[in-house]
Amino acid sequence: MPNDWKSYKPLLLPAIKDLHEISVYEKNNGYQALRKILKDRAMWSPQNVINEVKTANIRGRGGAGFNAGLKWSFMPEPDGKPRYLACNGDESEPGTFKDRKIFEFNPHLFIEGAIIAAYAMQIDVIYVYIRGEYRPFVKMLQRAIDQAYEKGYLGKKVLGSDFSVEMYTHMGAGAYICGEESSLMESLEGKRGYPRVKPPFPAQRGLWGRPTTINNIETLANVPLVMDKGADWYLKIGPDTHPGPVLYGISGHLKRPGVYEYPAGMNIMTLINEVAGGIREGKKLKALIPGGSSTPPLRADMLEGVSMDANSLRDAGSMMGTAGMVVLDEDTDMVDLIWRISYFYDHESCGQCTPCRDGTGWLEKTLRKIKNGDGELRDLDLLLAICHRMEGRTICALADAAAWPVRYSIDRFRDEFERKCKKTVYAVA
Amino acid sequence: MSGTKTFDEKDLAEIEKLTKKYPEKQAAVLPVLWYAQDKFGHVDPSVQKLVAETMDLPEAHVYGVVTFYTQFYEKPMGKHVLDVCTCLSCQVCGGYDILNYLEDKLGIMAGETTPDGEFSIQSVECLGACGYAPMLQVTNDKYVNYLTYEKIDKLIDDLKSGKQPGFESNKMPQHENGTE
Ligand SMILES: Cc1cc2nc3c(=O)[nH]c(=O)nc-3n(C[C@H](O)[C@H](O)[C@H](O)COP(=O)(O)O)c2cc1C
Ligand code: SF4
Ligand code: FES
Repeated sequence: MPNDWKSYKPLLLPAIKDLHEISVYEKNNGYQALRKILKDRAMWSPQNVINEVKTANIRGRGGAGFNAGLKWSFMPEPDGKPRYLACNGDESEPGTFKDRKIFEFNPHLFIEGAIIAAYAMQIDVIYVYIRGEYRPFVKMLQRAIDQAYEKGYLGKKVLGSDFSVEMYTHMGAGAYICGEESSLMESLEGKRGYPRVKPPFPAQRGLWGRPTTINNIETLANVPLVMDKGADWYLKIGPDTHPGPVLYGISGHLKRPGVYEYPAGMNIMTLINEVAGGIREGKKLKALIPGGSSTPPLRADMLEGVSMDANSLRDAGSMMGTAGMVVLDEDTDMVDLIWRISYFYDHESCGQCTPCRDGTGWLEKTLRKIKNGDGELRDLDLLLAICHRMEGRTICALADAAAWPVRYSIDRFRDEFERKCKKTVYAVA
Repeated sequence: MSGTKTFDEKDLAEIEKLTKKYPEKQAAVLPVLWYAQDKFGHVDPSVQKLVAETMDLPEAHVYGVVTFYTQFYEKPMGKHVLDVCTCLSCQVCGGYDILNYLEDKLGIMAGETTPDGEFSIQSVECLGACGYAPMLQVTNDKYVNYLTYEKIDKLIDDLKSGKQPGFESNKMPQHENGTE
């Protein structure tokens, strides 16, 4: 764990007044990484940019934690026809509210990162997909994009080079599933957001059948940092296996909830007690959902020495997800909470796959029954059986995301569930 | 509200601009539906028909899209639509209390509209404001955060007198000690 967090100065969202204005961004080293690349094309060929980003091991901040540069390297050789970058600003995983900070406070960092990504993958069109509820943030980003066009960072012949790239915003209209990358592409094509069967992967057949890469907004905002100061510098921030700054969205029963930027790998108890001011009203911590609603909840006693990075959380029995931490105090009714999470996934299942469409519904109904005091002990086994029939059997990962919180909560908070259940009564045969 | 709905010259020019962003016209269906909803207040079947005709798409396609996305209003709604988040973080921070208070205050349940057509209430999923819970969104636009009963009272009074909430910026706590 980095022990110097108190002196850490944010890199993605530095405390600079009016940084969202392009003139202020430029004065603070903004667009210098892009300039550096375009000035020395021999040194910074697309391949070399990809290699540098790959070395930096920016792990996808959208939830899966995949090395961004490695993903970029999957794009096929250009064939003269269109190729796309889709930036994922759907941000709908409950507990997650960080990408909006980039749109509001440092949009040009993200724009610069997306332009560099497009250059590296020889992409000519960038779409930024933003959830429809973020309308005010879409306007902020659009304004920043307009400024970038005016200054020649976007459009034909970027900064006088032979590299051209367009950037458009695209507003969703309320559908969590559109954050899943293939659903996002369907939605961008003007359809219902049904996830696609993979393979083919987006790099082979993406938007309009053409090679496409999808990256999260925060992931792309890390790119200018890497290209400006180098992968070696970046690798020194946070743990070796999960480097770089992270936007921790901390919500729940805390004195000072909010989005905080610190290196990856922050100690969880430090984040809860020191950064976010500890639990409200002097209550005790009961549980943590570390990275959005789909990541398995951890009991307070499981958090000793655990830090916010992929490896540490995996060993503890959960996942990093979006680093949207939901902190729960001792009064939290876990059955109620897990029911509400199941309600969410039932509502958001796109309905293509039977295990997911029906499974999410049965999880919700069964949990509702237990929460209302009508459940029987055997319903807990039923829930686990439903989870088993959902996991790994569907087109996209929503079914898994719905099953995990239920499975792990029954395991980790079993007495709470049992207390709400009646004894199973078997009919006499 | 009856009568055939149409797009005028200006609307068609705007729609033309929206479609230019994409290699295929169909891709603009979400932006065009947003545009139509801003103009008509909803995208009921008559508006869906108009959008379908304007975009050379089957009505069934547009209907399919409208019904997939929760923010499109399939029927006329209240003048102000209050979307109360009751999901995860809002749930544990009193989102349902806020919803119930609002329901009692307006005398309608979530999913309903007041008889005078002023307000609709909906219970919605996470809006990406979890750290500022409990919260609601006003008519697909501004967020109102850290809700209390007093804040709800004031919001309703404001909306009745024609005053929309402004954009609430939630500063990063790390920026609170001043920016450089
Ligand atoms: C059901 C579901 C919802 C998702 N929602 C989001 C989202 O809102 N934002 C996001 O960036 N990624 C989301 N993802 C992950 C994306 O599919 C994809 O992995 C990610 O955008 C890739 O970007 P990254 O590698 O930079 O993280 C979701 C995945 C699933 C299965
Ligand atoms: S797993 Fe669920 S959300 Fe994903 S494609 Fe299948 S039905 Fe749709
Ligand atoms: S849970 Fe309400 S805004 Fe996220």
